[in-house]
Amino acid sequence: MNEIALLIAATLASGTTLAMAGLGLLLNEKAGVLNLGAEGMMLVGALAGFGAAYASGNDWVAFAAGAAAGAVMAMVFGVLVIWLNTNQYATGLALTLFGGGLSAFVGVNFAGKTLSDRGSVGIPGLADLPFFGPALFRQHPMTYITIALMFALGWFLYRSRSGLVLRGVGESPESAHALGYRVRWIRLGAVMAGGALCGIAGAYLSVVRAPLWVEGVTAGSGWIALALTTFATWRPARVLLGAYLFGGVTMLQFYLQGEGVEIASQLLAMLPYLSTIVVLALISRNPTWIRINMPASLGRPFHPGS
Amino acid sequence: MFVERKRALMKAAALSALAIAALAGCSKKEEAAPAPAPAASAAAAPKPEPVKVAFVYIWTAGDAGWTFAHDLGRKEVEAEFGDKVKTTIVEKVPEGADAERVIRDLATQGNKIIFATSFGYMEPMLKVAAEFPDVKFEHATGYKTSTNMGIYDSKFYEPAYMAGIVAGKMTKTNTLGFVGSFPIPEVLRNINAFTLGAQSVNPKVKTKVVWVSTWSDPPKEGDAAQSLINGGADVLLQNTDSTAVLQTAEKNGKYAFGWDSDMSAFAAKAHLGSAVANWGGYYKQAVKSVIDGTWKMDRTVWGVKEGMNDFIKPADVVPADIKAKVDEVKAGLKAGTFEVFTGPIVDNTGKERLAKDTKADQEWKDKVDFFVKGVEGKIPAAK
Repeated sequence: MNEIALLIAATLASGTTLAMAGLGLLLNEKAGVLNLGAEGMMLVGALAGFGAAYASGNDWVAFAAGAAAGAVMAMVFGVLVIWLNTNQYATGLALTLFGGGLSAFVGVNFAGKTLSDRGSVGIPGLADLPFFGPALFRQHPMTYITIALMFALGWFLYRSRSGLVLRGVGESPESAHALGYRVRWIRLGAVMAGGALCGIAGAYLSVVRAPLWVEGVTAGSGWIALALTTFATWRPARVLLGAYLFGGVTMLQFYLQGEGVEIASQLLAMLPYLSTIVVLALISRNPTWIRINMPASLGRPFHPGS
Repeated sequence: MFVERKRALMKAAALSALAIAALAGCSKKEEAAPAPAPAASAAAAPKPEPVKVAFVYIWTAGDAGWTFAHDLGRKEVEAEFGDKVKTTIVEKVPEGADAERVIRDLATQGNKIIFATSFGYMEPMLKVAAEFPDVKFEHATGYKTSTNMGIYDSKFYEPAYMAGIVAGKMTKTNTLGFVGSFPIPEVLRNINAFTLGAQSVNPKVKTKVVWVSTWSDPPKEGDAAQSLINGGADVLLQNTDSTAVLQTAEKNGKYAFGWDSDMSAFAAKAHLGSAVANWGGYYKQAVKSVIDGTWKMDRTVWGVKEGMNDFIKPADVVPADIKAKVDEVKAGLKAGTFEVFTGPIVDNTGKERLAKDTKADQEWKDKVDFFVKGVEGKIPAAK
């Protein structure tokens, strides 16, 4: 029983990276920008966070550094995609490659360095509950922050005026422009905020989860986060659940292996992408469903005055 | 107006991209051995051209693991031969078509001997070796050779066995954990040796294995280690490249070992010892043979006896009698009297794999595809 509790705890820890990055990408995509550069931004954030934690010993400085690095890269992406109207997919891919190379190059001096374990915070009272205590309430603060962020984002998108404007920009930038909203600046803001969240996710990975720096430490989490936002049909609560599901698949696989149950690890590694394809196929069958779920202008460039 | 501004920006971007591309070139690093000043070399008697030696790495030397150990060997070559050699490294070369391009590149640049340090370079190297009969090729951990391509390997199962001896004593739950990369014979040998070593001091131990399907992915290795610990293992060993397993053990107050290189600095309390490979001895011998013109195609598998492998830095918490047993095994390996895989060996389905008192030969070791008794689970279909 205790093992299941520990499995749940490990799933929450492992899903936090994906959840944070997924929420950031959700913000991007709600504004209509598809950010394929997520992996690159996470790597740059991971390096910045690791470097800051190594130099200062303070985790919050590290997360701030990760956010800043992610935001700067996102700003470059935003300028290219929103003002110069370069193809979003190609630019995103280019930025992933660039982020990977840049982080590897700058990170050469950190290769092989490690940080001490960050530990977890038990919520007083709740942490001692039988089973649910160790399962849910003994996590690194960032896990709790991510859950709070999900609620905050949900409130922002669906209950606030600015969130409505953002969603409007994502659905129909021409209409928003006609109403007088500065569509490109709104999109840039969303892109940078999303990039910052990806950066924090990367920093969390390299400072709390690893905690060491090697090139490519994110090992594809950025791509999973991208699949995740689609799998979650662009809703914050579903992003969180999906993140724990995808993160949990890896932990589940190890648990099952340890118990002697045989499931091909390759099959489990495919699962996140397979389930995303299934969801996409399902919602694409019905044009109404697509209209309800997917931001209409996702991936399409916007020319004011056209 | 917007279109003109965009055009100007595009031109500037294209020009700067070209400039960067010209500067960056390809991802090679040249390491010249300390050379005399250019003026002096011109005036002095004509020195023999330095022999060019190249290394192909799967990752970077900063991984504190597999590639780091190879790079230490390369540095030993430089220290030994000074300006008689010039070493080049190409790192982070993916296995497959890219490797072929890189190896061919190195051969055309005048390298006289090329070392490829990962299993997956086997086929690409074989292809290139056929095209360059005057260049010597050496492949690590493979099994195919040709007239000018030899192979070399280390006996990691020997220090794995010694780690097992320590683990068997230090475990309180009688459950050991192993984080495995891929279920290939090399890794299976290590798991078996680890278990056999532990059983030699503690017949009750069992080993749980978790596969991560990668040689290096620190978060995943950490998760795998955590899941083994959650399942009751309290001493861990891994076949993967990073320090993540060791650090996870430290975080949980359990024990683990270093692998590929000395990892004692990464976990003060958890580290029980490191299973290492010293590639320098072999590299020096191979390079010397090329300098002397005596290189022969061969399959070289070295272990503790030749100084290629070792189990180092046993921790202070390990009791003296266990340290003595490890030393005894080490002495036996050095003298050639002790063989890790000595019968009777029974696999975990009960089938006998090696008869009593028989010492396994190289062929038996190459074909290991089973777990010894005491290792839990079945082997997944190999890559």
